[in-house]
Order: sequence, then C-alpha cells, then structure tokens
Amino acid sequence: MIQARGLSRTFKTKDATVEAVRAIDFDVAPGEIVGLLGPNGAGKTTTQRMLATLLLPTAGTATVAGCDLLADPVGVRRQLGYVSQSGGTNPMAKVDEELCTQGELYGLSRAVARDRARALRDQLDLHELGGRLIKTLSGGQKRRLDVALGLVHGPKLLFLDEPSTGLDPQARANLWAHIKTVRDRDRATILLTTHYLDEADALCDRILIIDHGKIVAEGSPAELKRKISGDLVTFELPDDGISRATELLAARAKDVTPVDGGLRVTVENGEAQALPLMRELDAAGIKVAALAIRHPSLDDVFLTLTGRSLRDSPEA
Amino acid sequence: MNDDHLLYLANLSYSEDDAMLRDAMTTFRYQMRLLFREPAWIVVVLVQPLLYLALFAPLLDKLVKGGNFPPGDPWQIFVPGLLIQLGMFGSLFVGFGIISDWRYGVIERMRVTPASRLGLLLGRVIRDSLVLLVQAVLLTLVAVAFGLRVPLVGALLTVGLVLLLGVALASLSYAAGLWLKSEDALGPLLNMISLPVLLLSGILLPMTLAPRWLYRLSQANPFSHIVDAARASFLGDLGNVEILIGLVCAAALAAVGLAVATRVFQRESA
Repeated sequence: MIQARGLSRTFKTKDATVEAVRAIDFDVAPGEIVGLLGPNGAGKTTTQRMLATLLLPTAGTATVAGCDLLADPVGVRRQLGYVSQSGGTNPMAKVDEELCTQGELYGLSRAVARDRARALRDQLDLHELGGRLIKTLSGGQKRRLDVALGLVHGPKLLFLDEPSTGLDPQARANLWAHIKTVRDRDRATILLTTHYLDEADALCDRILIIDHGKIVAEGSPAELKRKISGDLVTFELPDDGISRATELLAARAKDVTPVDGGLRVTVENGEAQALPLMRELDAAGIKVAALAIRHPSLDDVFLTLTGRSLRDSPEA
Repeated sequence: MNDDHLLYLANLSYSEDDAMLRDAMTTFRYQMRLLFREPAWIVVVLVQPLLYLALFAPLLDKLVKGGNFPPGDPWQIFVPGLLIQLGMFGSLFVGFGIISDWRYGVIERMRVTPASRLGLLLGRVIRDSLVLLVQAVLLTLVAVAFGLRVPLVGALLTVGLVLLLGVALASLSYAAGLWLKSEDALGPLLNMISLPVLLLSGILLPMTLAPRWLYRLSQANPFSHIVDAARASFLGDLGNVEILIGLVCAAALAAVGLAVATRVFQRESA
C-alpha cells in the first residue's frame, strides 16, 4: 500500500538547516496498522505529511495506494484519508456540514455525502449529533468526528496524526476500538504517528521507531520487545544487602540497575528465572521483601536503541 | 466501503473545469452557512458607509460649489467613492478569517482532498462578492433615498467595478493571510497598504482638488482610475474613456489577485 524509498525532507531557516527526515525506506502492506513511534520532532509527522502530498520531499520517492507521490499527487489524495493532529473543523460549523462538505470535496454527490455522513455518525457513536455545533462536542466526540472526516470517501488508506493526544483514558480506549474496527470492517490500511507507547502497543501490527529523522528499528510490538530486551525483575532488598546482591546477580543477569529500595535485573525469561534468583539471594542471607516481574515496554526498547527514554524526551 | 469507493470514483468523471466549479460552489455553500451563523460583521461593514453617507456627505454641498470639483451634484461625486471604498474595505480584511481557518486545520483538511485549489479559493471569494453586492445595492438605494440621482446603467457599471475590486482584494487578502499566518502581522500590513491607496484614490475628495504633484502621483494608483470610472458612470457619461480605463484596471487587479492567491493556495506550506 505504501513503498517509500530514500524519502528525505530538509527545512531551511535563516540560521540553520534541519534534516527532519533522512532517507527513510519502508513498506506498508494492505490491511496493516503501522505506527510511526518517536518523540515530537523525530520526523513522524513530516514523513506522514510528505506521503499525504502536503509537503514535497527534498529527495526520494514513494508510491501511495498505487499512485506515484510526485507524478500523481491528486491520485494519492483520492485514495487517502488524512486526519491531522489539529483535526480541521470550524467550531462554528455543524457536524453534518463538515462531513457533507468534505464528502463533496472528494467528489461525492450531495445525496451520497449526506448518506455517508449519517452512516459514519452511526459507526463512530455520533448518532444524534449531526445538527450540533462542533464547539459543543466533547474532546472524544470531536476526535471521532475528525476520524469520520478522514473516512468520508471510503479511502483504502487512512493516516492518523497523533490520534489520541489530549483525550482522557476512556475516550482514548473508545477511539482505539473504533480505529481497530475501521481496519477490521473496512479492510483499510492505517498509518498513524504517536509518541504514546501504550497507543502504539495497543493499536499497531507493526511499529517503525523513528528518531532524529531515521528509522532505528521496526517490527511488531512483541518482536521489538523480544529482540531488544529481556524481562525486568525487580527485587525489594534491605539496604545492607544491596551491594552483595549486586555482585551475586551480575553474574546471572544481563543487566543490574539500582532502583529505589532494591535492584532491577534484566533476564531472558523473567517467570522462569525470578524464583531461582530469589532462592540464591535467600541462601546468601539476603532477604527479599518483594519481587516484581515486568515484560519490557516499548520505552525500554527506545531506551536501548537511543540511550534515552521516550517518556523523558524533552520534546515528548 | 468498497461500494462507496467505487461510487466515489464514478463521481470523478467530471472535466477539470466542472470539478473546479463544483468545488467552488461546495466551498461557497459551506462559507455562507458559517457567515449566516455570525452576521455581526456584515452589520459593522454596512453601518460604516451609511455613517459616511449621513454625517459626511452633507458637508460636501458647500465644497462642491467652491470650484475645482468635477461635474455633478455632491451625491454623484461622493457615493461612487463610497462604493469603491466599500469594495476596498469590505474585502481587504477577509484574510483574518482564513488565518483562523488555517489555525483550526480547516485549510489543511481541504487541501488534502483532490479539490481544485482555485475552486477552494473561488468559493470564499464568491461568498465575499455576494456580501459586497448586497452591501453595494443597499448603500445605493439608501443614497437614492437621501437624494442621489443615478442612471441604472451607471449604477450597474459601478457595482461591477466594486465586485471586481472585491475579487481582487479578497484574493490578495487571503494570499497575505495564508502567507503571514499571523493576525498581528496581517493587520499592520493591510493598514500600511490601504491608507496611501485610499488617500491617493480620490475616494473621499476628488483628486482634481490636489496640487499638481499629488494629482500626478494619484494617476499611478489604479484605484484612482476606478473611482473616476465610477463617477463617470454615475453621471451617465458612458462614452467617457475613464470608464474603460477603470474597468481594465479593476479586471487586471482581479486577475492578478486570483493568480497570486491560487499560487499561495497551491504552495506546500499553505
């Protein structure tokens, strides 16, 4: 559905030249939900805007939904639904006005656009809101309307830019369910950008981790976590036992990190190794007050790849 | 979804011109609905020329008799200028609206569709022109009630000039708005341009009153010729070459405005 080759974008300001996207290559297969994950400023939105014909690449080529990005931008636009981070609705417009206008701009007749607006409102839990002013909608309702605007012409491919930014947890979960439905019911391909780890984990079949304009890793969330990290086991220990425990565990674990009130170790298989390690500590006279096993998160992956946490990234 | 998609593709069998007009009318209807929801500014734009009509025009009576004024009664001199002023100021500030649309993401949402860029622009300009038309007709009718006598052809020609001016300045205002993307920058820019254009156009007082250097300077201002054309039209002097010059100036400004604004709409950063 998408083939990008050597896609680059450089922005020039008075004082500097910024390489926002640096010769990235990637493919997206039909029916996939692929996430571009990285901190703000990593190049995710720039990549998506280039593929949506809103920005010209400085170098490289891409085919989007069978259309050449540079030779046939109008062809790309016809096949593509795009939901920007800001959404794109006028607060003084009514829900159906926006949906019907967008449908007509995609070439639908007025009658078809009206039917489509009604159907999308039903699908996205906006049932009776057709006549409501957009300024009166909740954050979740407004974001679902943004998604509906991207779907109004029944595109094969949907781009979502930071779809759940600013939503409360319940609205996010609700939006995620709708996004999955769009893929499952409509067999649409979705390319989304996010800097939320849980969003990438919950929604994406495949993730492209992007940092400083380059793709630094790609794979399914499980593959990425498995490939790069082990499991994390945290032992709560008495203060006087920490240094001895560090020596003992260093010989058996990939990594030993002091944390508040104990140690965190990285091991291949947390469930299998946690109890034997605890017994060894016990045998050495170090009493373990508590232990916790955690599978690695995408943040751990990002940390391993870039040397910094996605959560702590100043831009994120 | 697949059926919808096919239906949508089937609907794309328009020629490019048809599609452009269709996109323009879709945008026009959308903009009109938004306009009717917030009509306060129409009242403001309309009240201002009516105030000129009521509070400034009576002063002209003695001035006209003082000499150096072009032929005609005070209303025939003042109302055409007022109509051109309406065309200028009624459309010059529409760029503020496009900045808020850009900020809401509406411009980007529409630009990512296959809609014609010229169509997206024209829809807004047609809305602005319609508002101008209503205001110009109302103003002329009120002036007639005040005592203006004008031949119908002359009035229609002047309204045509006002509309061409509206197309030109609304387009340029949209282009400036999308280019600057800041109300703080757009306001001073428009004021900086509009004030000398206004003073050198003879809208308020005919440039025949001006010293020779100022009169010569005003001749380089196309708006001055448009005002002269409107005054000649109001006198019914249809053979006057100033009408042709004014129409050419207004049409050229409209063409330049549309070309510049379409280019800005097509720009990737618009």
